[in-house]
Amino acid sequence: MTQPAAMPHDDHDHPHALLPPEPALRVKALETILTRKGLIDPAALDEIIDTYQNKIGPQNGARVVAKAWADPEFKRALLEDATPVVADLGFYGRQGEHIVVVENTPELHNMVVCTLCSCYPWPLLGIPPGWYKSDAYRARAVREPRKVLADFGVSLPKDTAIRVWDSTAEIRYLVLPMRPEGTESLPEDELTALVTRDSMIGTGLPKVPS
Amino acid sequence: MTRVHDMGGRFGDGSVIPEAEDAPVFPQEWHGRALAVTLAAGFLGQWNIDISRHARERLSPKDYTRFSYYEKWISGLADLLIERGVLTLEDLKGGNGDTPHPLASRALKAENVSAALAKGGPADRPSKVAMRFQPGQAVRTAHPSANRLIDGGHTRLPIYAAGAQGRILRLHGTHVLPDSNAHGLGEAPEPLYAVAFAASELWANPENPKDEVVLDLWQSYLEPA
Repeated sequence: MTQPAAMPHDDHDHPHALLPPEPALRVKALETILTRKGLIDPAALDEIIDTYQNKIGPQNGARVVAKAWADPEFKRALLEDATPVVADLGFYGRQGEHIVVVENTPELHNMVVCTLCSCYPWPLLGIPPGWYKSDAYRARAVREPRKVLADFGVSLPKDTAIRVWDSTAEIRYLVLPMRPEGTESLPEDELTALVTRDSMIGTGLPKVPS
Repeated sequence: MTRVHDMGGRFGDGSVIPEAEDAPVFPQEWHGRALAVTLAAGFLGQWNIDISRHARERLSPKDYTRFSYYEKWISGLADLLIERGVLTLEDLKGGNGDTPHPLASRALKAENVSAALAKGGPADRPSKVAMRFQPGQAVRTAHPSANRLIDGGHTRLPIYAAGAQGRILRLHGTHVLPDSNAHGLGEAPEPLYAVAFAASELWANPENPKDEVVLDLWQSYLEPA
């Protein structure tokens, strides 16, 4: 390839301004340029989109949570070193190379954010929802988690401490919510249906069986 | 010293708007295309994840603020393709149509997508840097928050946690240092810790004295307290 440009830490011109300003057209223009040069394959793009739209999503994390609720030995291993444990279930890959699972208890509620960008455990939860990537969530979750929870309709007792995990490195956090009361007799697949995406980020609670 | 992406603790952003659990993953078709083009271009192997994060952070404050999420991605990508010499300005203007590109043989093929995404890119590496801290130990973060290798460079110590005292919660092993890796200065792996800070250490008016914020911080961001 041509000599890479030096790696300035700051710059005074922004080449992206050469592309059309309207976002959909901007993406299309860059896709077209790269495709014509053989640098990307549109069929590969379709495959990437299909993967994150249809194959990898919060249903993966829900399986992990339900299994942890149902199987104490699995839960113990999961809390000790989650990465190999979830990999055994087939959940490994991009943005999920180093997984840590944090457990909610009556004394401690966990909540996950990435204030600097949008780090999120893709193999377990898929692509983050819009609110997770929003300025409001990134700015506020660390300073006023209880007010943010109120935006989600969640209120915690005053004596429950909140621990907010700011994902500043390549460690990806999954919250293990508390198993809802009255679910003692439910089999694992029915437990899975109670686990919401937001409950695994810490901005929600699992559903309660009707 | 600061960049606009470093917004933890900021006031004035308003409510968080929750979304239905079954809301579309890509609300607009171009969102998915933007994500896919960015990932596929990454597989050309001309940069690492720290360089790509830094490219988005270096959007001008005005652009960073007005761009939606995937506009940041696609614009950061365009800037990176020029900076790394993959495309020329003339290419971006659409001038050099079908000139075959020397990197074309590296293009990600559809049949390899699944394996490429499943392979991931772990950030832990062996390191000769000795571990300085143990769980439970009190530490203080660097102040001001800044890249100590490159002025104005990429760093992962947010401003809100600079100069704060916390305690080591756990060791994550030894990981690539973004402050170095984002600038082509090598991976420079060193110990990485989860460090817990009392909300009262970070905020003038914490919501609850029991609350904590935990950050993953590299050893060189920390001193014994």
